Amino acid sequence: MRPISRHMTSKLVCRNVWKLFGPNAQPFMTQTPNPSPDDLRRAGLVAACRDVNLEVAEGEIFVIMGLSGSGKSTLVRCLSRLVEPTAGEILFNGENLLAASDQRMIEIRRHQMGMVFQNFALLPHLTVLANVAFPLEVQGIDRARREARAQKMIDLVGLAGKEAFFPRELSGGQQQRVGIARSLAVEPELWFLDEPFSALDPLIRREMQDEFMRLQSVLKKTIVFITHDFDEAIRLADRIAIMKDGEVVQSGTPEDLVLSPATPYVAEFTRAVPKAKVVRVGSLTKPAPAGLNGAAVPVRATVAEAAPLFAAGVDLLRVVDADGATAGALHRADVVDIMMRG
Amino acid sequence: MTAPALDTSRVIAPRLTPARISVPWLVAGIAFVALWLAGPERLPALFTYPKDWLIPAARWIGDFMKWLVNEASFGLFTFTQLTRFIAAIIDLPYRFALSLISTGFLSGQGSGAVQIVPPLPWIAVIAIVVLLGLYAGGRRLAILVGVCFGFLAVFGQWNSAMVTLASILVAVPIGVVGGLLLGIAAYRWERFERALTPVLDLMQTIPVFAYLVPILFLFGFGPTAAVVATLIYAMPPMTRITTLALKGVPSEILDLGRMIGCTRRQMTWRIMVPSARDSLMVGVNQVIMLSLNMVIIASMIGAGGLGFDVLAALRRLDIGAGLEAGLAIVALAVALDRLSQAYAIKAGESAHAAEAGFVARHGYLVGALAFVMITAIIGLVVPAVQSYPDALKLSTGTFFNEVVRWINVNFFDTFEAVKNALLLNVLVPFKRFLAELPWAGVVALLAFAGWRLGGWRLALTTGALSFLIAATGQWDKATVTVYLCGISVVFAALIGIPVGVLAAERDRLWRWVQAVIDTLQTLPSFVYLMPAVMLFRVGDFTAMIAVVAYAIAPAIRYTVLGLRRVDPNLIEAGRAMGCTRWQILTKIKLKLALPEIMLGLNQTIMFALSMLVITALVGTRDLGQEVYIALTKADTGRGLVAGLAVAFIAIIADRLIAAGAARTKKRLGLV
Repeated sequence: MRPISRHMTSKLVCRNVWKLFGPNAQPFMTQTPNPSPDDLRRAGLVAACRDVNLEVAEGEIFVIMGLSGSGKSTLVRCLSRLVEPTAGEILFNGENLLAASDQRMIEIRRHQMGMVFQNFALLPHLTVLANVAFPLEVQGIDRARREARAQKMIDLVGLAGKEAFFPRELSGGQQQRVGIARSLAVEPELWFLDEPFSALDPLIRREMQDEFMRLQSVLKKTIVFITHDFDEAIRLADRIAIMKDGEVVQSGTPEDLVLSPATPYVAEFTRAVPKAKVVRVGSLTKPAPAGLNGAAVPVRATVAEAAPLFAAGVDLLRVVDADGATAGALHRADVVDIMMRG
Repeated sequence: MTAPALDTSRVIAPRLTPARISVPWLVAGIAFVALWLAGPERLPALFTYPKDWLIPAARWIGDFMKWLVNEASFGLFTFTQLTRFIAAIIDLPYRFALSLISTGFLSGQGSGAVQIVPPLPWIAVIAIVVLLGLYAGGRRLAILVGVCFGFLAVFGQWNSAMVTLASILVAVPIGVVGGLLLGIAAYRWERFERALTPVLDLMQTIPVFAYLVPILFLFGFGPTAAVVATLIYAMPPMTRITTLALKGVPSEILDLGRMIGCTRRQMTWRIMVPSARDSLMVGVNQVIMLSLNMVIIASMIGAGGLGFDVLAALRRLDIGAGLEAGLAIVALAVALDRLSQAYAIKAGESAHAAEAGFVARHGYLVGALAFVMITAIIGLVVPAVQSYPDALKLSTGTFFNEVVRWINVNFFDTFEAVKNALLLNVLVPFKRFLAELPWAGVVALLAFAGWRLGGWRLALTTGALSFLIAATGQWDKATVTVYLCGISVVFAALIGIPVGVLAAERDRLWRWVQAVIDTLQTLPSFVYLMPAVMLFRVGDFTAMIAVVAYAIAPAIRYTVLGLRRVDPNLIEAGRAMGCTRWQILTKIKLKLALPEIMLGLNQTIMFALSMLVITALVGTRDLGQEVYIALTKADTGRGLVAGLAVAFIAIIADRLIAAGAARTKKRLGLV
C-alpha cells in the first residue's frame, strides 16, 4: 500500500503560486495581492496560474490534469522555475526555490531534477547515446563515466542496440524512451513529465504508460506528471490535481474525484469513468464481524477486481491489508451499488 | 447575432471586392494633379529643388572621411593605422590561400621573387573538389564539380579563377563567423538587435560601388580591401539568418537546456547553435554566393581574378573574352553553390559513427592528402601535372566573337527595330513623365501613401527619405533610377507572374523553371551584362534587359509559392460550386496569393536596384552612374550620397510594399 501525503515528508510544496502574463505584472501583484478575474482583466493581464497550492509527497505520482490553456504547462515550469512565478512560494526539500540564486538553481537542476518533454526535445545532431549522456556532459563528467551511465539508462528503457542511432531514425515511442532515459541519467529526486505521451499514437501511448509504471515500480521517484487525458491520469496517479483557467479546482486521489467530484466541471470528466475500476475496496470496507472467514480481497484491489468473488453467492468478503491481516469486511450491496452507478 | 442563413456573398468571398478608391486617395490625387498642372513656371521651387537650400552632404561626408583618414586617432594609434592593421591581419590568410592555389610560395618581392614551393597542381585542386563532391553529395555532384573546374582549366581561366577562389576562401570563414557572432549577439540583447537592424538594412541596400571608395581609403588598394568590401556585403544575411534561426529553436529545447543546468555559454554553443544547424547552413551558402558576387565586383578595387577579366573585356568591348570569363564565373558559382548545398544536407543526416580506424573514418581526407602529395612530386618532373599545358587550352573567344558578328549581321535590324520601338514608345516617354513631376508633390504623395498604408511612422519615413533625396541634389538622377527600375520591374512582372501562374499548376514545368531560376540566382550580377551588351550594345535598353534578366527570378518564385500556398480546401470549395479553371484562378487563387506576389515584387525591386548600379558600366545616367563616376574619381562624399539615395529608394519601396502586403493579408483574413 502506498501511503498518501501528510504522513510522509513533502518533497515539493507549492504555496499561493501566481503567474501573470502581461505588462507590469510584478508591480500589479504587489499592489493587489489577491486579484479577482475582473481586476486582472482591467489591468490587461492574463493569469496562467491563480493561487495554486499543492503538496507532492516523496515517492508519489502526482498528476496535474487539465485541458489546453488551463495553465498546467506553465505551472510545471513554475515548479522548476523555468518560468518565474509572479508570486508565491515553491519549497523543494524545504528550500524556497524562488529565493535561490541562478547558480543554486543550476546546481539543483543538474543533480536533483529531471524533465521529459511532450515533443521529446532531443538534440538532432547527437546520437541516442550522446543525447542520454548530454546532461552529464554539461556537468563536465568524463566521457567514460557518462557513457557508462547513459548505457545503463538506455538498457533500462529497452533501447539497447540503438545507441548509435540519431533521433530522426527512431519512432515516436522510441524517441520518448530516449527522452526518459536522458531525464533519468542524472538520477533526479524529482521527475517532471510534461505530457510525455501526448504526441504518441493511442496504442503506443498505452504501452508507454505500462513501461512508465514498470520503471516507477523500480525507481520509486517523486513524480509530477502533466496530462490532458483524464484516463491517463486515473491510470497512473496516486493523486490528481485538476486545473481549469489557471486554478486547481480539485485535488485528491482518483477515488476522491470519482466518488465526490467537487464541481460540475470535474464531474464532467468523471462521469464516463467506470467507478468500479477506480474505487478501491478500501473505501467500501466496513468493520468486520467477529470471526469472519473465507475468501479475502486485498484492500488495494479495485471493486471491479473484487466483484467476481461474489459470484459464488457470498454476501460478505474478508478484506486484508498488505500484511495479510484482516482489515474489515466488504458487503455485496456496496459493491453492487458502485457497479450500478456506472 | 443572427446572420441571414444564406448570405453567400459573405461566405464565398469575404470582402474580396476590388478595393474602391477611397475619398482621401481621391483628394490626394487631385491635389497632386493640380500641382502638376500648375507647372514649373508658376511654382519653380516645387518642381526643381532650390539650389540655395541644398544640403551639402557630399562635402560633409568628404570632410569627415578626410578627417577620419588623416586625423582621427585613439591616442596611441590613428584610425588609419587601425584599419591598416586589420588589413594586414586579413592579408596573412589571403597571401597563404593565394600562394597555395595560385602563385606558389615566393621568396623576395615583386618581379625578383623566386618560387620556393610551387602551388597545388591543377590536377590536385580538381581532385580535392571532386572528393569533396563525392563525400558531400555522391557521384553526380562529383562529376558536376569536376566538369566545372575542368572547364576552368581547359578554357584557360585557371589562374584568374584561383585568384578569385583565394579571396572567397578567406572571406567566407570570416563572414560566417562574424555573421554568426553578430546574430547571436542580436538574439541575446534585444537592444543590440534594434540598433543593428537599420545598419543591416543600409548595408544591404547601399549599392556596393558606394562603399568601395571609403574602403579603398582606409584599407588600401588591393585584394584585402576587396575582402573587406565582400564582408560588408555578405555578412548581413548571415547575421539575419542566425538571429532568425535561433529564434526558431523550439522552446522545449531551450527548456531542456535550462533543465539540465546549462550555463549561458553551454546554452548557446551546445544547445542552440547545433539545433539551428540546418538554417545556419543556408546562411553559409548565402555567404558563399554573395562573396563570389562581391569578389567579382571588387575587382574594381584590385581584387583581380575573373571579375577583373570581365571588367577589362567590357572596357575593350571584347565580347568573346568577357563571355569566356563570365562563363568561368558561372562554372565557379555553380560548383560552389552545389557543393555548399550538398554539405548543408549532408550535415543534417550524419552517418553512424562507427568505431573504425583513422584511415577508414577519414578515407576522403587521407585520399585527398595522398593525391596532393603524389601529384606535387610528379609535378616537379612533369610540368603538365603542375599547370595545365598551354597547348591543350581551348579558346572560345574568337568563336563567340564570330557568333556575335553573325547574330548582328543577320538580326541587327530586327533587334534594332525592337529596341527603338520600345525606347521611343515606352522608355523615353516614361522617363520624361517622371522627370517632369514636381518633387514636392512626389514627396507629399509618398508620405501620404505611407500614412494610409502604415500610419504616421511610415509616413515620416517615406516623406523624410524622399525629401532627403531632393535636398541632397539627387532628385533628377533618382528619377532616372526610378524610371529604369520601374520599367524593368514592370517587364519582369509581366513575364514573371504569368510564368509563375503556369508553373504553379504544372509540377514538371515548375521543376524546370525552378532549376533555371536557381541557376540564374547563383550567377554574379556582372555576368548578366555580357549577353545584353553583346546584342544591344550600350545604353538604357541594354541596362533594362540585364536588370529584367537578373530580377525576374523572385517574381516567378513568389508567384508560384503564393499560389501553391492557397488553402486547397478553398479551391475544392470553388470547384464544388462549379467554378471554371479560370474563375478558380482569378477569383480564388490570385486574390489569396496577392500578398505573396506583392512580396515577390518587392524582392524584384530590390534585385533590380542592386543590378541597376552595376549597369552603370554600360552607360546609364542614373544614380548608379553617379556612384560609379565617384568611384573612378575616388570621391567618397559624392559616391556615398548617391549610394544612400539608392538605398533610400529601396527602403521607401520596401516599407510601402511590405505595409501594403500586410494590410492585404489582414483584409483577406490570412493573418
